[in-house]
Amino acid sequence: MKSNLRRKSFALVATAAMLVASFFVVQHARGESAKPFAPELKIDNFTFTVPSVTVAAGTEVTWVNRDDIPHTVVSQEGVFKSKALDTDDKFSFKFSQPGTYHYFCSIHPKMTAEVVVK
Amino acid sequence: MNRTDRDEIIHDRNHDGVDRRGFLKCMAWAGTGALYVMQGGVLSSVALGDAEKKMIGELSFVQLSDSHMGFNRPANTDVTATLQVALDRIKALQTQPEFLIHTGDITHLTKPEQFDTVSQMLRGGPGRDVFYVPGEHDMIDDNGKGYLDRFGKNTQGAGWYSFDKKGVHFIGLVNVANLKAGGLGTLGPEQLEWMEKDVKHLSHSTPIVVFAHIPLWTVYQDWGWGTQDGAEALSYLKRFGSVTVLNGHIHQTMQKVEGNVTFHTACSTAFPQPQPGAAPGPGPMKVPPEQLRSLLGITDVNYVRGKHGLALIDSNLS
Repeated sequence: MKSNLRRKSFALVATAAMLVASFFVVQHARGESAKPFAPELKIDNFTFTVPSVTVAAGTEVTWVNRDDIPHTVVSQEGVFKSKALDTDDKFSFKFSQPGTYHYFCSIHPKMTAEVVVK
Repeated sequence: MNRTDRDEIIHDRNHDGVDRRGFLKCMAWAGTGALYVMQGGVLSSVALGDAEKKMIGELSFVQLSDSHMGFNRPANTDVTATLQVALDRIKALQTQPEFLIHTGDITHLTKPEQFDTVSQMLRGGPGRDVFYVPGEHDMIDDNGKGYLDRFGKNTQGAGWYSFDKKGVHFIGLVNVANLKAGGLGTLGPEQLEWMEKDVKHLSHSTPIVVFAHIPLWTVYQDWGWGTQDGAEALSYLKRFGSVTVLNGHIHQTMQKVEGNVTFHTACSTAFPQPQPGAAPGPGPMKVPPEQLRSLLGITDVNYVRGKHGLALIDSNLS
């Protein structure tokens, strides 16, 4: 019971943190800084380390492979597809249309994540 | 290299994947080299010294796997050297294998020069055949074209095929093509249909060896270590008395017996990977240089007519 409560409160905190984070990302993207906001998402240890990121339309998202193993970034909806990224290789895509973009690594399909464009 | 005691691995009866006890035992043995003999559905292992005396059979071949040519990260900065050690080990075997099987991830990045290096090194002895199946690292960005141009002769679809050697029927399967998001390895309906037809005409006493890159049984779902439609493929082999399944992909030896089927995975010749769930992810395991070769290896397979199963010996490269 106690651990259940703890799990629930952890989930609440985690959800709150994610909301704050995505709010920050959107705000930041709309900010008037000279450089447009362009998140760089890390791939490491067979994982897309950011399972879901929310950005404003027009944002360019970059993935960088920090793993010892090559990975790809491939849209499940067929919108974008990287070549194999070896260690430290990068791939960028500019999201101009709002929507939810699911993607996976076509070499290791257990690896999945998403980009939400507002 | 020698162990004098005897042991056996109790097989997994609850059909849920890996028998933990058997797995741990297998891992302990991987560093020493052991012969596995299956009799009456029970897998037993004996010391390597004893094993060699019983090794004389009709057919002998060696399984190599996961050479990852082109990999040069800290886990192993010279995969060419470790592959060469593996080949030297094979050369030193008392009974010379009639052919080699490579269960995929020949290359690290599907590059022509990586394929060429491995195929030139493996060709070695005159007239020695090498039978390949691709790993996911051999089909990156090109839909398997580079692999099939080299090794696809006499194969179907994405590169599957079968052949017979001294009464043993071998089936090479491809479970790394067209992988779907969130899924495991996949054979696909076309290949399954071909396989069902391929074994239909065989008598149930024909020993069957199936080899493919990703394990055909689910070793560890969270890391994608399994084949989605592997059970369908195995269902075609139920009526056969002796079925041996050889896989790679997980860079460690693991073995289990289920009914008439012995499952076995081989070590990599390039770098080790952690035991299922023993690390946050399955990335290359960095070990002290003096330990590396004890975690790499080859598998020597022997078929003795009249015995229930095939004998498998894992030897490390240290």
